[in-house]
Amino acid sequence: MPTPPPRQTEDHVDLFEYQGKEFFAEYGMPISPGKIAFTVDEAVAAAEELGTPVMVKAQVHTGGRGKAGGVKFAPDMDAVREHATNILGLDIKGHIVGRVWIEKASDIAEEYYASFTLDRSAKKHLGMLSKEGGVEIETVAEENPDAIAKIWVDPVVGLSEQAVRDWVAAARLPEAAVEGSVDILQKLYTAYTVGDADLVEINPLILTPEGKVHVLDAKVTLDGSSEFRHPDYEQYDATQTRDEREAAAHEKGLQYVGLEGSVGVIANGAGLAMSTVDVVNQVGGKPANFLDIGGGANADVMAGALEVINNDPSVKAIFINIFGGITRGEEVAEGIIEAMKRVSIDSPIVVRLDGTNAQEGRDMLAPHLTDRLMMEPTMLSAAEKAVALAGN
Amino acid sequence: MSIFLDETTKVVYQGLTGSTGRYYGLLNREYGTQVVAGTHPKKAGTDVEGIPIYASVADAKEATGATASCVFVPPVAVKGAVMEAAEAGLELIVVITEGVPAHDEAWFYNKLKADYPGTRLLGPNCPGIISPGKANIGITAGHIAKAGGPVGVVSRSGTLTYQAVFELQQKDIGVTTSVGIGGDPVPGTSFIDCLEAFEADPETKAIMMIGEIGGSAEEEAADYIKSSVTKPVVSYVAGVTAPPGKKMGHAGAIVSGGKGTAAAKMDALRDAGVQVGLNPTEAGDLMADIVASL
Repeated sequence: MPTPPPRQTEDHVDLFEYQGKEFFAEYGMPISPGKIAFTVDEAVAAAEELGTPVMVKAQVHTGGRGKAGGVKFAPDMDAVREHATNILGLDIKGHIVGRVWIEKASDIAEEYYASFTLDRSAKKHLGMLSKEGGVEIETVAEENPDAIAKIWVDPVVGLSEQAVRDWVAAARLPEAAVEGSVDILQKLYTAYTVGDADLVEINPLILTPEGKVHVLDAKVTLDGSSEFRHPDYEQYDATQTRDEREAAAHEKGLQYVGLEGSVGVIANGAGLAMSTVDVVNQVGGKPANFLDIGGGANADVMAGALEVINNDPSVKAIFINIFGGITRGEEVAEGIIEAMKRVSIDSPIVVRLDGTNAQEGRDMLAPHLTDRLMMEPTMLSAAEKAVALAGN
Repeated sequence: MSIFLDETTKVVYQGLTGSTGRYYGLLNREYGTQVVAGTHPKKAGTDVEGIPIYASVADAKEATGATASCVFVPPVAVKGAVMEAAEAGLELIVVITEGVPAHDEAWFYNKLKADYPGTRLLGPNCPGIISPGKANIGITAGHIAKAGGPVGVVSRSGTLTYQAVFELQQKDIGVTTSVGIGGDPVPGTSFIDCLEAFEADPETKAIMMIGEIGGSAEEEAADYIKSSVTKPVVSYVAGVTAPPGKKMGHAGAIVSGGKGTAAAKMDALRDAGVQVGLNPTEAGDLMADIVASL
């Protein structure tokens, strides 16, 4: 019987600011010259090459960098050294700064906001433009919703220059910013669509005293599902923020989210995995994780999932909840048996198996059942058993 | 009756010659689905266990009278496959493939709305649709559902769809049709489309709707139920205990800033008169009570 290929994990790929700017530059948008630095000496060398004044900007996958002291203006080389020293290693909302972007400083007359993302309700692309940039757009949306001009773009029709002009007019950008904004917004839409982004955001988009419109910050999230037509996106994999457990799971193509409890959860499908987490909580346990082995997972994937769970020292019992559709019972059983041969699993395993070829799977597991590997007929009874075994 | 699919539906499988398409195409045929054709541009004239392969969906339709297609091609080929099926004039296109780029989905969703309004798209990234006892398109294990109604099932999550119909079967409750709409950002068929069809289907007496955290599809469905659905609805929303800010697998299932939480969705549904279970088993129990009182 043919084995379905392991599912491609669907992913959002977050870019650092400097990666986002390089991405924008590929689509012809004006960005400031800059260099990435991993050490204070590299930061100083970058600033010498660019010429002061520069900005020293922490590169992390989270907002609020400015407030946390992660973005500083450096008028001279001493300031560059001082700021780079302070910012590298800084903890911003749990993200440790490992690299800084050194960028030629810009004079700012005005700050705007621009973005494109998918509006899932309207099933169209949503562009947002505001002359009140430089702050969190959520705050603007709450306090002054009229300050955000929205445009919905049908992906089949696309975005015409005239539509962009009307949009810029609706946002009431000053005359001096119109031509530059129209140009950048068209390119931003192209970057968003051609680049398969989930989100492109410029905040702030600035007007300089000389009347130039310019990209001063970049927030880009790419659609990992589109990697087949953007092989270069693989480069961003190394710079995703994941905890150790999540990184290990990602390597094996598993969808994993670390939680705080002691019941290791393995399920197929995000919905069932979430539901398993729910049920473990509801019968009085604490799930250690969410782990979705995906559709069509084979024995290898199941064995890999068990290894990931086994490496988490807080796990005291493992609950494998499988309802086969494209995933087949005999593959699941083979994976469990294989994993138990390959590594010594520290915690007892409770299996619930239904759906495609479930009986074949149960028959394969039957001779292996012990007090380390148990089977339960329902999701609820299996959760209760696993929680009891975990001792909470 | 059933919705969208019955024993008269003739189905062409795009990707029948691939290992996954072949496996499920044959299983679907075994279930009773009229699997009339497969397509492959270079394998026309061959067959898969007696199912003829045509070069295109249009050829397959002309030769067999196919009205629906099931798409198992890889993500890179899904956009082309969907358009090929729509251009051939099929009424139903079911896309099982997972990992289709969101921009492709948004594009063919809007293209079909504009140019092929008579074509219903289900998916991508969905388990398919089963009208128990009549036909099954996709990857649902046929034996888990009892035929005959009176419950219609619609779900965003594949595996929870199975769980839901299985819970009903365990209680000896039948299903008219179970539709997995898929968890992707732009599903071709929405909760509301299914609610509307179940409301109009005389054999469906009650509706089970399985949602999950993220997005606003459940809230929109709740509004629709309030205004337009007279039949009893039972619901379960997966992710009741998901910590905020954590992404739980699906592109759709992200909780942020209090929006898209299970609590918000359950409140909206309860407000619309829906009975909400806290897990699939509880939802099944609630439905059993309703069915008993019908």
